Amino acid sequence: MTYVSETIILAIGTFLALLGAAYAHDSQFAAHMWVLFVVLLISTIVLMRRISFTRPDPAAVAARQSEYFDEVIRYGAIATVFWGIVGFLVGVVVALQLAFPDLNIEPWFGFGRMRPLHTSAVIFAFGGNALLATSFYVVQRTCRARLFGGNLAWFVFWGYQLFIVMAATGYLLGITQSREYAEPEWYVDIWLTIVWVCYLLVFLGTILKRKEPHIYVANWFYLAFIITIAMLHIVNNLAVPVSFLGIKSYSAFSGVQDALTQWWYGHNAVGFFLTAGFLGMMYYFIPKQVNRPVYSYRLSIIHFWALIFMYIWAGPHHLHYTALPDWAQTLGMVFSIMLWMPSWGGMINGLMTLSGAWDKIRTDPIIRMMIMAVAFYGMATFEGPMMSIKAVNSLSHYTDWTIGHVHSGALGWNGLITFGALYYMVPKLWNRERLYSLRMVNWHFWLATLGIVVYAAVMWVAGVQQGLMWREYDDQGFLVYSFAETVAAMIPYYVLRAIGGGLYLAGALIMAFNITMTILGHQRDEAPIGRPAAKAPALQPAE
Amino acid sequence: MAQKHVDDVSGVETTGHEWDGIRELNNPMPRWWVLTFYATILWAIAYCIFYPAWPLINEATRGVLGYSSRAELASDLNAAKAAQGAVVEKIASSSLQDIVADPQLSQFATAAGAAAFRVNCTPCHGSGAAGGQGYPNLNDNEWLWGGSLDEIYQTIAHGVRDPADPDTRVSEMPAFGDMLKPEEVRQISAYVVSLTGTPRDPSMVAPGQQLFADNCASCHGESAEGNKDMGAPALADAIWLKVDGEAGIAQQIVAPRHGVMPAWEGRLGEVAVKQLSVYIHSLGGGQ
Repeated sequence: MTYVSETIILAIGTFLALLGAAYAHDSQFAAHMWVLFVVLLISTIVLMRRISFTRPDPAAVAARQSEYFDEVIRYGAIATVFWGIVGFLVGVVVALQLAFPDLNIEPWFGFGRMRPLHTSAVIFAFGGNALLATSFYVVQRTCRARLFGGNLAWFVFWGYQLFIVMAATGYLLGITQSREYAEPEWYVDIWLTIVWVCYLLVFLGTILKRKEPHIYVANWFYLAFIITIAMLHIVNNLAVPVSFLGIKSYSAFSGVQDALTQWWYGHNAVGFFLTAGFLGMMYYFIPKQVNRPVYSYRLSIIHFWALIFMYIWAGPHHLHYTALPDWAQTLGMVFSIMLWMPSWGGMINGLMTLSGAWDKIRTDPIIRMMIMAVAFYGMATFEGPMMSIKAVNSLSHYTDWTIGHVHSGALGWNGLITFGALYYMVPKLWNRERLYSLRMVNWHFWLATLGIVVYAAVMWVAGVQQGLMWREYDDQGFLVYSFAETVAAMIPYYVLRAIGGGLYLAGALIMAFNITMTILGHQRDEAPIGRPAAKAPALQPAE
Repeated sequence: MAQKHVDDVSGVETTGHEWDGIRELNNPMPRWWVLTFYATILWAIAYCIFYPAWPLINEATRGVLGYSSRAELASDLNAAKAAQGAVVEKIASSSLQDIVADPQLSQFATAAGAAAFRVNCTPCHGSGAAGGQGYPNLNDNEWLWGGSLDEIYQTIAHGVRDPADPDTRVSEMPAFGDMLKPEEVRQISAYVVSLTGTPRDPSMVAPGQQLFADNCASCHGESAEGNKDMGAPALADAIWLKVDGEAGIAQQIVAPRHGVMPAWEGRLGEVAVKQLSVYIHSLGGGQ
C-alpha cells in the first residue's frame, strides 16, 4: 500500500492548481498556476504508476529501517550536478548578455529576468541541493542513525525541487518581489517555509535519536544554517498579498527599514547558507577524504559560536552611505571586521587537518579541490571584511568588484567544496569501488581554478577602474567621465569574465560526465596521479 | 565515555570522541588567531567610541568625533561650491559673449558644460556629442534651430516641442500623405536625394523639383537650405537626422516624425545652461 495517500494528495494539489489557473486574479498568476498544474500532473502520473498494493514483507521493511536512508541522497547528488550545470550555464549566458547586449531576448530572456534565474539556480538549486544531500549524508553517519521521519525526507527533497521550478519559471514569467536572492512571490515563499520546517524536523529528529554521545561539529553548522535560514526567510518575506489568487504582494516593511531587513536577510543568506552550511560540509568531507583528525576541537567551538554571533549583525555594510543611520552603518562595519577571525577559524581547521598528510595534495585531486576551496574561502572572508570598511566601500560599492568578490566565494569556496563532496560521496552512494576517472577530476580542478582566477582578477580590475572613473574629478572640480563611458570601458572585462565562467562551466561538464560514468559503474583505465606515467597507454579496441 | 587517545602522526591527544571515523585533535587555538581576533574586537570598541554606534532610547550614541555622514556630505558640497563660487558668480552675471571673450571664464564654463553634458545629455546625443539617428550631431555646422550662443541657449533652456515649457521651440511638418499622391511623394523624394546624391529614377527629379517648390520650399527654402527660425532642416547637405535613403525620405514626407528635447533651465538652472551653451558652441560648429 505504498504511495496511495501521497498520490491522492498530489492529485488534489493538481486540481487546486487548475482552479488557481481558472480563477486567477491576473494573467501571470494564471500562467504560473498552469506551470504548477503540469508539474504536479506529471508527478501524480509518475507516482500513480509506482503504487503497489502488495503488502511489503515486514522483515524487509525492518531491514531497510536499520540502514541509512541513502536513496534520497542519491537523488540529491544528481540534482546537485544537474542544477549546477543549469546555474553555471545561465551564468555564462548573462555574462555574455552584459558583454553583448544583443543577446538579451525580451521579454523572457532579458538580463533582468535571467540574472535572478542565475543567482537562484546556483545558490538555492545547486547549493541548496548540495546542502540537503550532504546534510542528510553527514547527519546519518555522524549520528549513526537513520533519517528521522520516514518519507518526510522525500517530501523535503521533492518539495524543494518544486520550489526551485516555481521560482525559476516565475522569474522568466516576470514574477518577482524585487528582493535580491528572495525574488519569489508570497505563495512560493509559503511553500518553501513548509518544506524548510520539514527539513528542520528531519534533521533535528535525526540528531535527537543519535547513537553517539556528542553532536559532531559538522551538525552544529548544518543546524545553525537550517534554523537561521528559516528565520531569515520568514522575516524578510513578510508581505501582504493583494489577492490570494494573484502574484502581487506588498512588503510589511517600507523605506530604509525595508532595505535593512532585505540586507539583514541577504548578507546572512551568504553567512548561513553559503558559509555555515558549507562549513558543515567541510568539517565532514575533508577529514574523511584526508583520513586525518580535525585539527583543533577548541578552535571549532570558538569559531562556530563567534561566527554565529557576529554574522547576524553584519548586514548593514551593504547600505554604507545610504539613508541608513550612521550608527547602523558603524555596527555593520565593526561586526564585519570582527567576523574576520571567526571566518578564518574554519579555514585554519580545514587546512591544518592536512597536517601529517600534506603529500596527499600531490596525489589526490579531490583533496586538492577541497583545499583550494578552503583557500578561496579564506581569501573571500578576508576580502569581505576589508570591503565593509567604509573608506574601501566608498570605492568598491556598486562596482563589479563586488561581483568578483561574490564569485571568488561562490565559485571558489561553495563550488569546489561541493565538487569535492560529490566526488567523495558518489562512489560510496552507488557502491562503486572508485570514481570513473581521477584524472578527469584533475582536469576539473584546473579548469575550475583557472576560471575562478580569470573571473576574480578581471572583476577586480574592472571594479577598481569603474570606481575610480566614477569619482574622477578634473582640476576645476568637474566630473571627468559620463556614466555611459564607464560602461563602455567595461566591455573587454565582461568578455574576459564570460571566458572565465566558460572555463568553470567546462570543468563542471567534465564532472557531470565523470559522475554519470561512475554511477553507471564504469572505470576508466588510466595511470595513477602523482607518478610519472611509465609508458603511453596501450591502444584499446573500441568498446 | 571519552577515553584517552593519542594521534600517532602528530602525537597530539584527541578529545576521545569519534564520529564515523573522524576524531578531533585537542590542539590549542593558534595564538596569532586569538590575538588578531582580540585586536579586531578592540578596534571595534574603539571605533564605536569615536563614531556613532549604539542606539539608545531617543537617539544613538554620537561618538567622540561627532561624525555624521550627512554633515560630511554637506561640508564636501559646500567646499566644492566655495571653491567654484567666485567664477560661478561671474558667469551668472556675464552675458554669453562676455564669458566666451574672457579666457578664464570660457575655460571654466567649457569644463563645467562638458561635465553637465556627460550627466544630462549623453543618453541622447552620445558622449562625444555625435548624436545618432533622431538625435542631432552637435559637432557639425548644421543647426536645426541656430548655432549662435544665444540660439543654443534658447534651445537648451526651453527645449524642443516640450509641452511643459511655453517658450519651447515648436514646429510641425504636416503629413503630406493626406495632400500628395504616392507618385508625387516619390518624385519629391527623388528630387531631395538628387540634391546630394543620385536618385534611383532620374526622370522623377524634374517633376519633383516643381512639387518641392509648390509644397516644401516655403519652409525648407527655395534651394532646400532650411530655415532655422522654423527649425526646418536643410535638405541639401547630406546630413540626415531621422532617415537615410529615398524610401525613408518618402516615409518622412507622408507621416513625419518629430523629435522632442526637454527644457533644461528649470532642472539645471541658468548658470548650468549657460555653461552647456558655451560647451556646445565650442564643439566646432558654433556660429
